[in-house]
Amino acid sequence: MPASVLWAVDLFGRVYTLSTAGQYWELCKDTQLEFKRVSAATQCCWGIACDNQVYLYMCASDVSIRCREEAYENQRWNPMGGFCEKLLPSDRWPWSDVSGLQHRPLDGVALPSPYWEWESDWYVDENFGGEPTEKGGWTYAIDFPATYTRDKRWNSCVRRRKWIRYRRYKSRDAWAKIPSKDDLKDLPDPFNDLSVGGWEITEEPVGRLSVWAVSLQGKVWYREDVSHSNPEGSSWSLVDTPGEAVQISCGPHDLLWVTLWEGQALVREGINRNNPKGSSWSIVEPPGSENGIMHVSAGVSVVWAVTKDRKVWFRRGVNSHNPCGTSWIEMVGEMTMVNVGLNDQVWGIGSEERAVYFRQGVTPSELSGKTWKAIVAGRESDRSHSGSSSSLLSAGCFFGDEVKGGSESAPSDTDAAAEVERPRPEWSAPEEPLDNSRDPKDSAALGPETGGTAECASENLCPDAGAREAAQASVGSARPLPASAAAELPWTSIDLKEPRKIPSHSAAGFAETTSHSSLGLLPLGLDEPYGADDHPLWAWVSGGGCAVEAGSMLKWFTVQSGLSPSVQTLSLSISPAQTATWRKQIFQQLTERTKRELENFRHYEQAVEQSVWVKTGTLQWWCDWKPHKWVDVRVALEQFTGHDGARDSILFVYYIVHEEKKYFHVFLNEVTVLVPVLNEAKHSFALYTPERTRQRWPVRLAATTEQDMNDWLALLSLSCCESRKIHGRPSPQAVWSVTCKGDIFVSEPSPDLEAQDHLLPCDQMFWRQMGGHLRVVEANSRGVVWGIGYDHTAWVYTGGYGGGCVQGLASSTSNIYTQSDVKSVCIYENQRWNPVTGYTSRGLPTDRYMWSDASGLQECTKASTKPPSLQWTWVSDWYVDFSVPGGTDQEGWQYASDFPASYHGYKTMKDFVRRRCWARKCKLVTNGPWLEVAPIALGDVSIIPESPENPEGDGRGHNIALWAVSDKGDVLCRLGVSELNPVGSSWLHIGTDQPFASVSIGACYQVWAVARDGSAFYRGSVSPSQPAGDCWYHIPSPPKQRLMQVSVGQTSVYALDENGNLWYRGGVTPSYPQGSSWEHVSNNVRRVSVGPLDQVWVIANKVQGTHGLSRGTVCRRTGVQPREPKGQGWDYGIGGGWDHISVRANATRASRNVSQEQKAHGPVSC
Amino acid sequence: MRQEDISEIWFEYEGTPLKWHYPIGLLFDLLASSSALPWNIIVHFKSFPEKDLLHCPSKDAIEAHFMSCVKEADALKHKSQVINEMQKKDHKQLWMGLQNDRFDQFWAINRKLMEYPAEENGFRYIPFRIYQTTTERPFIQKLFRPVAADGQLQTLGDLLREVCPSVMAPEDGERKNQVMIHGIEPMLETPLQWLSEHLSYPDNFLHISIIPQPTD
Repeated sequence: MPASVLWAVDLFGRVYTLSTAGQYWELCKDTQLEFKRVSAATQCCWGIACDNQVYLYMCASDVSIRCREEAYENQRWNPMGGFCEKLLPSDRWPWSDVSGLQHRPLDGVALPSPYWEWESDWYVDENFGGEPTEKGGWTYAIDFPATYTRDKRWNSCVRRRKWIRYRRYKSRDAWAKIPSKDDLKDLPDPFNDLSVGGWEITEEPVGRLSVWAVSLQGKVWYREDVSHSNPEGSSWSLVDTPGEAVQISCGPHDLLWVTLWEGQALVREGINRNNPKGSSWSIVEPPGSENGIMHVSAGVSVVWAVTKDRKVWFRRGVNSHNPCGTSWIEMVGEMTMVNVGLNDQVWGIGSEERAVYFRQGVTPSELSGKTWKAIVAGRESDRSHSGSSSSLLSAGCFFGDEVKGGSESAPSDTDAAAEVERPRPEWSAPEEPLDNSRDPKDSAALGPETGGTAECASENLCPDAGAREAAQASVGSARPLPASAAAELPWTSIDLKEPRKIPSHSAAGFAETTSHSSLGLLPLGLDEPYGADDHPLWAWVSGGGCAVEAGSMLKWFTVQSGLSPSVQTLSLSISPAQTATWRKQIFQQLTERTKRELENFRHYEQAVEQSVWVKTGTLQWWCDWKPHKWVDVRVALEQFTGHDGARDSILFVYYIVHEEKKYFHVFLNEVTVLVPVLNEAKHSFALYTPERTRQRWPVRLAATTEQDMNDWLALLSLSCCESRKIHGRPSPQAVWSVTCKGDIFVSEPSPDLEAQDHLLPCDQMFWRQMGGHLRVVEANSRGVVWGIGYDHTAWVYTGGYGGGCVQGLASSTSNIYTQSDVKSVCIYENQRWNPVTGYTSRGLPTDRYMWSDASGLQECTKASTKPPSLQWTWVSDWYVDFSVPGGTDQEGWQYASDFPASYHGYKTMKDFVRRRCWARKCKLVTNGPWLEVAPIALGDVSIIPESPENPEGDGRGHNIALWAVSDKGDVLCRLGVSELNPVGSSWLHIGTDQPFASVSIGACYQVWAVARDGSAFYRGSVSPSQPAGDCWYHIPSPPKQRLMQVSVGQTSVYALDENGNLWYRGGVTPSYPQGSSWEHVSNNVRRVSVGPLDQVWVIANKVQGTHGLSRGTVCRRTGVQPREPKGQGWDYGIGGGWDHISVRANATRASRNVSQEQKAHGPVSC
Repeated sequence: MRQEDISEIWFEYEGTPLKWHYPIGLLFDLLASSSALPWNIIVHFKSFPEKDLLHCPSKDAIEAHFMSCVKEADALKHKSQVINEMQKKDHKQLWMGLQNDRFDQFWAINRKLMEYPAEENGFRYIPFRIYQTTTERPFIQKLFRPVAADGQLQTLGDLLREVCPSVMAPEDGERKNQVMIHGIEPMLETPLQWLSEHLSYPDNFLHISIIPQPTD
């Protein structure tokens, strides 16, 4: 889980953040502005400053917020001068918007606020529906409004072309004032409270945000059009209320509660996707008549409130259908305010001591939690510890010098320097050692268990920890004011109106706990952090951006010094437990002891001769002939240890058919893969040998419990690995693959896997499982491996092995971390139209089920549909999915003339049936050797394959090119990726004119990409010195096909279209890398991976075996040679549910062939 | 030797009968850590020292003793919750793994005994036993939590200071003894929870030997 932050304001209006991974409150640098209120979302924070203006703080991100402006240039043909700007009087404007109704000259398009900047000048869009246009982007038609085509015909009387220009939101990590329009009639009076939420009402990429505010006069305002691409929104609009509002709270979903001056609460009803402002109010009475409500806070399905007597109340029964809930429950504790954040977690501020409390034990099943626990994290100046891991861990609160009322000024030297050092928020911890010559992450990857590496890492970390302790000690003793003195402060200081000029270093001080006049008298240590026992006084807290999973570890509650327990830390850096002296000393002594006690006695005979070990048990076995059912079997695993210590094992399965005892056996050294097959009912796994792979007919065994299955799987896979002498982390050349269940498999390529002749049939490859859950995994031969989850989260491989169901000795003890994934289960609601009642859920007798799966064959009701397996748990309620292909109407319906037909998002006369998709999110929590690369979610990723002509000589430090496409379609290039730092440092955003879907980089820095409209693009001039290249070249897709994926090897370029056709790009030469044409290679392909040897591997749709058919099968293209890059046929490997493969790390080829190969390749554009 | 002379077997080292129900590593640390290897012990078949040793009628007695130790340790660590959730076959696998020197088999089960809930910082109590050659008392065993009330992790030194202060604070200031676990001397700053997870014996106890500092 990536670090996210809790926002809070202290009594003096200073804004602090506390990272879920950190243990110190970090002050925002900008002390020019004090804030009264803040309300945070994941990517931004809105606030009301003491000047009563609204400010927006957008957290820095590598992907810029871009917004496209468009204008159309319209021309009409006349016999005199051909096409010219002179239009008929009845025509549209010569420069217009897309409809032609609005005049839109290029120089009339202005930036909406001073916080935007233009990315480039206007240019003509030459892309027309995925096809490049000729002649300056003109499209032709007979007359305005008409259908435009790219070709000029005899009757083309008018033409138009699109001009585009991007603007970019430039205020990042700084407070930017929300512009208030001059128009005084609409201008609200000063705001008193504000709340952001509603981000779950629409899905990405829209990213709509509901921003609500309450003015001093008690009116409620809604900020229109706040979305991902328009973070500031456009204008405030008034929402009438039946009473005078004082405070407002908007939950992440559709809850909106308002506190009224009279002490009741107002609840907004009718908030939904089409109407985010809601439709009506209803009133909820306070829990008791004498004490009205003072404060409310809404979550997804909870509401918490504080009454005027400071008592805390929990509203029972709140959900989307009943936003008012049913009754109040009194909770323990006295608070001045409470705030519900992500996952319905709750924070509060104690009414007495003004500490921030976190509600412990809030889970989906127990939303009211158990106890309040005070956050005792100290405050620490970011400046004093700019190199320490703790300050790096909490990202996102480094303020620029942005708030200047719109006028620009050059940043001061110190700020500029701080800006350069500013850590990127998505990956903070491992960056710390970058200024050291050695990177402890590498030593972690090599195994922190070894004494030598632990030593080197501790050299990096210990001095810092020591220094901090010393600093804390000195502050603790020198602190001039006891906490009680601070507690007596007048509460009014929060409303200070004039911005005070405080020297920037006072941010680190604690002087303001007394009166301001004494500010200059106190000895302010520039570099002293707050003492651990300093007691801050808080005024406001907002957890809307703070993701705390139920049951996760937080370091907020103990003041920790130096050593922490051997608890897993969520960062790649070595935990203190692994670097401590005691640990090193223990390893050193154990090594010496082993030497002393064993080394000299090697010649002694073994006292006990051991040879056979048997594990027996009962399982179920799928009997594939009559009676075709699961039958109970006895199984026995016999393991032999040979004299050389090598182990071999046989699995016996004893069964009874027709009262006859029978058995069969499997040699585990022949097993090629063990695949867990979890479903709602059975804990089963499939076992393949090369023969069974060819038959498409695995041995299937099932256990009664998940634990039992995991034990057997762990034991069997360990035995398989032992008999093949495979242990430890996969080699950098490993071939990775992923099944449709998200299980990750890895295979060690033997040199003859890609041999020219006598090549190893790929059904003999041995696959072992890695922990984790991914949809995509990509690797390169330097050991850099990235994955993408079903929820689009990016993950980087940590160098561990095992995890997930691979437990025990087959798993590494370090570098295994918790991983979670979220996916949606979809069911369809089907309706048929009849003339009397319109659409109803009463179908014809021949119709599909009224609640069904996508095919309509299976009945799936909301109640009966379960998560895909017992590993998954529901994390949301059923909701209508609007993002289905083909579009929907406002209620999510898709129409068609009859079932199974093509659906469209609007109703016509001929449509007699309709359906809509209901989705429900489920979540899986597992573990594996993966760490999240926050915060940008990805759709595709590609790592440069190392060219075989470019052997090890390059040095381990050099940068590895990695390109990705975000889930929103932005193309990204990762900087700073190397063997030592596989996660890289930051993203570089590559501008595109439309969202992209897939990207691939070849060994010679050829970057190819596929846009969502199905056309391909080539990126020019990408090189190590120019990692982003210069411009995109549009490459039309094969005729009538929309491309989906592209993969580039050393020189070969392959692309895959939506209909499963595989295309080879012909005519690619060093001087003309774009190539000339697409050449069809094969159909029946679902995914392609081209490796550094130009080897082509695919996931085939269907492969027929002798006993069965497998869908999703790993296949290799045979006969691929330099002169014949398209190959000749297919070789079929493991299959049945495979979804993804990456062979891009495998540059090993039997050595005798390499020299031949090089000669044959000739000049290659490297 | 005549058949009738052979009664129950027992072992002795330098006059001390060796208790079979102690781990052999502990016996070595406690009695012979400074002796030269290999460890020479005397095998007796006669005159069983009734007052020093327990009888060992069969292999089952060893298994029963081992399992009772594991259960006792889990009672301290998890209020017996983990061991009670295990099936009979898991218990058997623990013992068989130990008996056959199959660490993977053993650890597959023992791993679960070494886990603790994420919201805690360690076990409930640390199962430990402290042995001293200098006292008559067989060993010291008390309830001791791995995390102090203030959230700080307790170390090996903290444990010794609390349960046998004589080891830590001798009158003349200089420590005259060694604290041995598995033949090594971990630093007193080592967190006890870590030791319990990583240096416990198969019976899940941390057997700590306090032996006199060898005189050179």
